[in-house]
Amino acid sequence: MTNFTRRTVLQGGTAFAAASALTGPALLEWAKAWAQAAPWKPEKGAKINLMRWRRFVEAEDAAFVKMVNAFKQATGVDVVVTNESFEDIQPKASVVANTGQGLDMVWGLYSLPHLFPAKCMDLTDVANYLGKKYGGWTQSAELYGKSGNKWIGIPVATTGGLINYRIAAMEKAGFKEFPKDTAGFLELTKALKKNNTPAGFALGHASGDANTWLHWALWAHGGNLVDKNDKVVINSPETVKALEFVKALYDNFIPGTASWNDASNNKAFLAGELYLTLNGISIYVAAQKEAKAIAEDMNHAYMPVGPIGRPTELHLAFPILTFNFTKAPQACKALTAFMLEADNFNPWVSAAQGYLSHFLLAYDNNPVWTADSKRTVYRDVAKRTLTPAGLGSLGEKAAAAIADFIVVDMFANYATGREDAKGAIAVAERQTRRIYR
Amino acid sequence: MVDATIPTRRAVLAAESSAWDRLKSNRHWLGYWFMLPALLILFLFLAYPLGLGIWLSFTDAKIGRAGEFIGLENYEWLQGDSIFWTSIFNTLLYTIVASFIKFGAGLYLALLLNQHLPFKALIRSAILIPFIVPTVLSAIAFWWIYDTQFSIISWSLKKLGLIAINIDFLGDPNNARASTIFANIWRGVPFVAITLLAGLQTVSPSLYEAATLDGATRWQMFRHITYPLLTPIIAVVMTFSVLFTFTDFQLIWAMTRGGPVNATHLMATLSYQRAIIAGQLGEGAAIATAMIPFLLTAIMISWFGLQRRKWQQGENND
Repeated sequence: MTNFTRRTVLQGGTAFAAASALTGPALLEWAKAWAQAAPWKPEKGAKINLMRWRRFVEAEDAAFVKMVNAFKQATGVDVVVTNESFEDIQPKASVVANTGQGLDMVWGLYSLPHLFPAKCMDLTDVANYLGKKYGGWTQSAELYGKSGNKWIGIPVATTGGLINYRIAAMEKAGFKEFPKDTAGFLELTKALKKNNTPAGFALGHASGDANTWLHWALWAHGGNLVDKNDKVVINSPETVKALEFVKALYDNFIPGTASWNDASNNKAFLAGELYLTLNGISIYVAAQKEAKAIAEDMNHAYMPVGPIGRPTELHLAFPILTFNFTKAPQACKALTAFMLEADNFNPWVSAAQGYLSHFLLAYDNNPVWTADSKRTVYRDVAKRTLTPAGLGSLGEKAAAAIADFIVVDMFANYATGREDAKGAIAVAERQTRRIYR
Repeated sequence: MVDATIPTRRAVLAAESSAWDRLKSNRHWLGYWFMLPALLILFLFLAYPLGLGIWLSFTDAKIGRAGEFIGLENYEWLQGDSIFWTSIFNTLLYTIVASFIKFGAGLYLALLLNQHLPFKALIRSAILIPFIVPTVLSAIAFWWIYDTQFSIISWSLKKLGLIAINIDFLGDPNNARASTIFANIWRGVPFVAITLLAGLQTVSPSLYEAATLDGATRWQMFRHITYPLLTPIIAVVMTFSVLFTFTDFQLIWAMTRGGPVNATHLMATLSYQRAIIAGQLGEGAAIATAMIPFLLTAIMISWFGLQRRKWQQGENND
């Protein structure tokens, strides 16, 4: 992690103060000035086709569109934005990479640039420019963004999956603050069950929630799918410990978590039936609108630390990439840098209300994180996240393993009693071997 | 000399042009020309994708990257893959149970609707509603009906004091199988019922009149008149029903995504998960190709059935 000096803090802070004033014509003025001074001069008549993931928070999308429009007016570059659902981004981007036409930029998720590193434009100058200006990148940003010494994608933001809990229920269960280790976490879950205020974490094919918390559980106990040389090492005593831990939790969950998808826990929590789960900030945002009592009684916490002794969280990163066959490389670089300038990024992240967190350290000062103390933990997710590859290399294989729910199914098989530990691990091991062959 | 060469050259020219001309105007060939557009369409939209799918199953293709020929490797791997075998079991269970019930319920409904009822036309159109509603919409409705926390069924039973805790419809493997099969039946019955009803209406009333005069019971009339005359329609309708059920995707994907712990993964959903979501095109294509023998068997049974006059016109009529 990069040093955090007083200067970078001040930069982030003042930039935000300036940004909050920028609306309408002021934003355009600033954008024009920025375009004059920026190191990248867009090609004449440049046109950018950009695909992004479909938004979850409406205000975030509105801020994004406003930003793109300011860029269009200031630079004369035509930007066409298309939105695709999470699941469609990866296949479409892969086809574009293979055929060499259709899109210039993709704002995708997880390890997207690593699926076709040879087709990604070198963005090292953009990364260095931004890193220097905004307090440096987190370690996870380098893992997500770099292939070798080259930046092939710029991690724009991440969305955190952290503990969501009801304060009163936790206190009634005998905890003054949320437990910081896995042992305490298990105790709390048991006590919640006893009080009939149960916890619940998805064990179904929920690509976001289930993958996030079950990878956390695996890593927290020192288990891994592959080691740093991509050798399959899932068959280990640590994995067995993780399995037993999750089974103990599952036995104390609200019934039905084996069928949960990404929306199930949101619904149950907002209906007041679920008292502890893993989620992004979306439950809280919805509760503030629809269920004020729940919003007041809930809070967020980091994922507890396991026997391994350090945070092992997994959060969903959103990297942006430019294909190297684009006809407008300068315009694409300019847009990438433009998005992450404080005057754009700060209001944008504020609009997302905690749904998007930053990889550039200076943005820790965005008041969105402190204006409401319940959002604060989401500020740090980029500093605490690992990548979906765990210890291994980020790329196609890691992406396939997570998409095929190997870890999720292993835990679900054991927790629901369909397989013993050996059988559950054997299935996962065989599948992983195949993908990493 | 001169006279001799000219005619031969002419003859050669005539022979060359006439081969093509003959092909163009020959009546025997004319039929093939008319079939050509249909053949092209069939090839472009059916044969080519099918062939490509089978070819992909012999490669290690990934999304966005052409693969290399790896022979039977994908199939060998699947042979030892417990999830693949679970999906075959699920697909067969799903198809067989759902088809039997759909046939029974469909036939029953068709017989009922064939009676003289008040508001006959209205009831007949209302029956079709489950079939008309887009599958994804009905799947989402069922997903709510089966929700572990908010199920209307659990809620009602709880209010009635019949159960104490919610039924875990989609979280328990066997419940999940039953629930998805029920949703499929609900959706599939109207198709069977309406088609069989159409068949029933082609049965001439004079046969029933004659049978009544002979003193036949209702059961005898069904057994020896209705059923034999309905068999060709039954063969067609059940072939389609089995094919639709075997290749079902939307219901499962919208409700369970193959969960819990792969208990409801059908071959179609597993193929999609592996090929499109996880990007392993070759392996996904192999799973899809593995569906072909099952589908062919289903088609063959009804095809040979349709060839037999016994099936077509009832027994003792060879």
